Amino acid sequence: MAIQASAPCDMKAGKRQKGTRDSVLRSAVLIAFGLVAWWTIYQRLSAFADWFAFSVLHFSPLSHLGSAVQFMVFETPKVLMLLLLVVFGVGIVRSFFTPQHTRAILAGKRESVGNVLAALLGVVTPFCSCSAVPLFIGFVTTGVPLGVTFSFLIAAPMINEVALVLLFGLFGWQVAVIYAGTGLLIAMIAGWTIGRLKMERYVEPWVYAAQMGDSADEELQLNWAERIHLGREAVRDIVGKVWPYVIAGIAVGAGIHGYVPRNFMAHIMGKGTWWSVPLAVLIGIPMYSNAAGIIPIVQALLQKGAALGTVLAFMMSVIGLSFPETIILRKVLRPQLIVAFVGVVAVGILIVGYLFNLLM
Amino acid sequence: MKTFQILGPGCANCVRLAHNTEAAAKELGMEFTIEKVTDFQAIARAGVMKTPALIVDGQLKLYGRVPSVEEIKTILA
Repeated sequence: MAIQASAPCDMKAGKRQKGTRDSVLRSAVLIAFGLVAWWTIYQRLSAFADWFAFSVLHFSPLSHLGSAVQFMVFETPKVLMLLLLVVFGVGIVRSFFTPQHTRAILAGKRESVGNVLAALLGVVTPFCSCSAVPLFIGFVTTGVPLGVTFSFLIAAPMINEVALVLLFGLFGWQVAVIYAGTGLLIAMIAGWTIGRLKMERYVEPWVYAAQMGDSADEELQLNWAERIHLGREAVRDIVGKVWPYVIAGIAVGAGIHGYVPRNFMAHIMGKGTWWSVPLAVLIGIPMYSNAAGIIPIVQALLQKGAALGTVLAFMMSVIGLSFPETIILRKVLRPQLIVAFVGVVAVGILIVGYLFNLLM
Repeated sequence: MKTFQILGPGCANCVRLAHNTEAAAKELGMEFTIEKVTDFQAIARAGVMKTPALIVDGQLKLYGRVPSVEEIKTILA
């Protein structure tokens, strides 16, 4: 199969630039207008929820039902609006990063520096787990060290904009920052460790023999209209998929908000129980869910008195270590390397869980 | 006669891309054959690191996303 990458010819590119200037201007005006409207509405959500629950529906602010309704009417539009804004923004940011570009940055970097960069780039480079294998081949055949590749593969699914928005919206910025920070650290250190273990021989032999073709880096030549278009596509794709989970999560939160006693789970998943963190990680490994799907469970656990470290460990283990992804990676990795990968990441998550239960 | 190749391991996005490409080609009244390439070595040879990808007559036209039928029509035309 001979494939030539299509190079854009200059004439076509010039015409494209001219024709889209108006549409960029129009988009910029629309976005500015949208941001102002977004902020205006966002500021008034709390007042609206109070008014709706307590004046329109006549619930007492002190009643369980009243506070549950107020919570629901406030949190649902709040989280969906945050998601809309962030997914759109990240969609545009991602249009500047492509796997090719990321690989060019990582190839030939020293391992320690490479692990740090790879984890950070894993956050902004567009990635889906079905692309894990082509990406893996593309990285390791062009001189990206194995450990650095793993730093990327660990960070990319674990730290994503949906998880961060939901954590921020429902549990506050501190939880979101802790999750992102420790997730990055795990990706860097676990990748570095896998590099130290010298496990290149456990990559399927055909991978290093594979001929990686050159491809045009089409997305680096995008113009602004196309980047905005990609942002809108991201919103349609991602928000369109996750909104039912978001509402379910908030409904669980609202139900608990009004009713279930706070310390229901405290004796099983509280700080005092040493085995709760390893158990949370073990349960999380085979489970697979996207970031949004896990939030209702996280919400329920936290509200019922489970410790933050335990819950974060559970969430990282579900999102970061997924059974389908290891099955896909089996095509390029021998079982020994898969075990090492899952093991090293699980230990990292375990440490994070214990650390937070100890500190907070 | 156009030859389309859809590159990807067979995930939901690959199926959608195949579907949209077929629809676009039919709307344009093209004659075509469509082939799914799921072998990772072949995908690597094409230089694709992000699936799904669309190859038309041996030329890589797009990768990493699923455009609408309308957009594929402008790519094919």
